[in-house]
Amino acid sequence: MEIKIVKQILEWNEDVSNEVKATLSENSICLINVMGSPGAGKTSLITDIINRLRKTYRIGVIEGDIAGAIDAEKIDKMGIPVVQLQTDGACHIEAMSIRHMLSFFNLDEIDVLIVENIGNLVCPAEFNIGEDFRVAILSIPEGDDKVEKYPLMFETSEALVMNKYDMLPYFEFDDGRVEKNVKDLNKDAKVFRVSTKTGEGAEDFVGWLSDKIAAKIKE
Amino acid sequence: MHELAITQGIIAAAVPEAKRHGAKKILEIRLRIGEYSGVFPEYIQEYFNIASKGTLAEGAKLVIEKVPIVIRCNKCNFEGEIPRRKIQCPECGGLDIKLISGREYFVDSLEVE
Ligand SMILES: Nc1nc2c(ncn2[C@@H]2O[C@H](COP(=O)(O)OP(=O)(O)OP(=O)(O)O)[C@@H](O)[C@H]2O)c(=O)[nH]1
Ligand SMILES: [Mg+2]
Ligand SMILES: [Zn+2]
Ligand SMILES: [Zn+2]
Repeated sequence: MEIKIVKQILEWNEDVSNEVKATLSENSICLINVMGSPGAGKTSLITDIINRLRKTYRIGVIEGDIAGAIDAEKIDKMGIPVVQLQTDGACHIEAMSIRHMLSFFNLDEIDVLIVENIGNLVCPAEFNIGEDFRVAILSIPEGDDKVEKYPLMFETSEALVMNKYDMLPYFEFDDGRVEKNVKDLNKDAKVFRVSTKTGEGAEDFVGWLSDKIAAKIKE
Repeated sequence: MHELAITQGIIAAAVPEAKRHGAKKILEIRLRIGEYSGVFPEYIQEYFNIASKGTLAEGAKLVIEKVPIVIRCNKCNFEGEIPRRKIQCPECGGLDIKLISGREYFVDSLEVE
């Protein structure tokens, strides 16, 4: 006998993601999902955002490393509330984990929650975690073909940060190609050329980010 | 790990439905996966075999139907398949397009006994 069912495979994740979204909206919190390869500069960028925006917004961070708490300790040293996800070898973060993590924060005292997703270009993009928007990072040494090879993450992000822009002279990296490929996938995507090391481009990016946050929490 | 999330999703979608129909065993699970929806793990059947042990779905065969990306262009009315890496109208280059298929990521039907 055939049974027709038509059920989303990741339906439970979508449900929980919507639940997280609702909780955050009630508390006027903006959730940002930061994604990119291992070593692309996610923690460096988050640190930079904190330094530039901590006077304007109350920021919290969720760190999603597979093992160890190195990044979480870095953020903690800055005096920013941070929790480390116990992902136990997982390749992505699911909405369920974020829902659980929210209980570790005092939501009344947070305007912005930044999630550092697991270093991986593939599957984090398939899981909504209740975010308001996504920021993808691609660093120059990774190569300019990554958008073509791993489209989903870049396509679903509102901004692409091309990080380690100070390294451009040392690599065969066509940043115009990356920008074009991203726009082909998502015509509204913003592209920023940033070096968290020299600070180049960071002000532009963080300015854009700050406007996005303001729009959400003043809703 | 990712494979596990997906196989659990498949089982969660299929087993209660089979039970509701009084099935004793699920023989086949048919999935429809759009090309737009991202990667679908290659060795999913192997993971599924492990995750489905002891459920109605144990031993079931996964049949995956890939759904191409089909769009309609609001500017020139082109309708047809397009490649994954360039989401725009292949005729006029327009970006004002409607996705007709390609976003599927679901369990479509079961064969049970
Ligand atoms: N030259 C240069 N190095 C950078 C820049 N941004 C980050 N790095 C270096 O890149 C390395 C990785 O940076 P992280 O911020 O830890 O990267 P991540 O994406 O958080 O890495 P994981 O959490 O391990 O996946 C560090 O050694 C940084 O100092 C940059 O703009 N230029
Ligand atoms: Mg990090
Ligand atoms: Zn995964
Ligand atoms: Zn057209």
